[in-house]
Amino acid sequence: MKGDIYLYILVMAGVTYLIRVLPLTLIRRPIKNRFFRSFLYYVPYVTLSVMTFPAILSATSSIYSGAAGLVVALALAFCGASLFKVAVGACGIVFLLELFL
Amino acid sequence: MRSETDRSWYRKGLQDGIPIALGYLAVSFTLGIAAGNQHIASLPAALMSATNLTSAGEFAGLGLIAAGAAYGEMAGTQLIINLRYFLMSCALSQRLSPRMPFFHRLLIAYGITDEVFGIAVGAGAGGCLNPYYVYGAVTVAAPAWTLGTWLGAVSGNVLPERILSALNVALYGMFIAVIVPPARKEKVLAGLIAASMTASLLCAHLPVVSQISAGMRIILLTVLLAGAGALLFPIQEGQGQEEGWDDMQAEDTLKGGER
Repeated sequence: MKGDIYLYILVMAGVTYLIRVLPLTLIRRPIKNRFFRSFLYYVPYVTLSVMTFPAILSATSSIYSGAAGLVVALALAFCGASLFKVAVGACGIVFLLELFL
Repeated sequence: MRSETDRSWYRKGLQDGIPIALGYLAVSFTLGIAAGNQHIASLPAALMSATNLTSAGEFAGLGLIAAGAAYGEMAGTQLIINLRYFLMSCALSQRLSPRMPFFHRLLIAYGITDEVFGIAVGAGAGGCLNPYYVYGAVTVAAPAWTLGTWLGAVSGNVLPERILSALNVALYGMFIAVIVPPARKEKVLAGLIAASMTASLLCAHLPVVSQISAGMRIILLTVLLAGAGALLFPIQEGQGQEEGWDDMQAEDTLKGGER
């Protein structure tokens, strides 16, 4: 380690905060352009899908428990279970399966 | 907090923040262990987590600190790895009321992580997002992230692998809980989610594209697929962006979400 650890942390925190704060503070009204409105409406669904799959398969000790977690989460969410129940359900099945795997 | 509505949104945020906090404990614990391995003390490691609140950026940061990288190099790496928050922040800007006091935007920005963004989009669906919902979630998530990092750095490997493995899935479970319910109502969303997951799978395994870092892959796929969706299926007037902030409607949404 050559630099000052606290200065590194300051640089990291500064850059990361700027990335988060600029759009929120610069875009203060509803966007009128239909394409950009549609684009921003779809962004969360694409981003969250891409982050979930296939990453969930390698998040656990075994690809099978990860896949089971995915299936259980999809089923619970489809039935309208709350955020907490879906998360706990996915964790629970992974924990149970890994007792045997 | 100005009103009963703010308070109930704050409580709802606390409640939805609990699974995030559990997932964060697991992930930040491994982050703390990594910090310890790079000979970074527990205090700066916890400070890094409290101020940055991001996993990939911090993991990369640890590597750069250990390598004694230049500060400019650190800034550039953080910019690229965390650029997805820029898109999330743009999307979230459309779910905030233009009448909301400005300082809320400065505070909300601190909490835009993948997971808080995910639940905020869910809570802000079909109306304006109440900032106190985000504050509620951050109130439990940020301390958990910081505490987990500190514990990992202090203790090394004390939590059993089995527990960590199960908790890792919590965060993905929440993403699914956010994207699936609206997809039941809108076929376009269901198709878009299926296409996104397929594209993501292909990108992770195909030659050449699989060399692209995970952070960059998320950005590229988001721009391409959300762009294609916007071109092919532009949303109708009023869809995903109701007028004004109506307290009665907010109460209804809140109750609906607590089933």
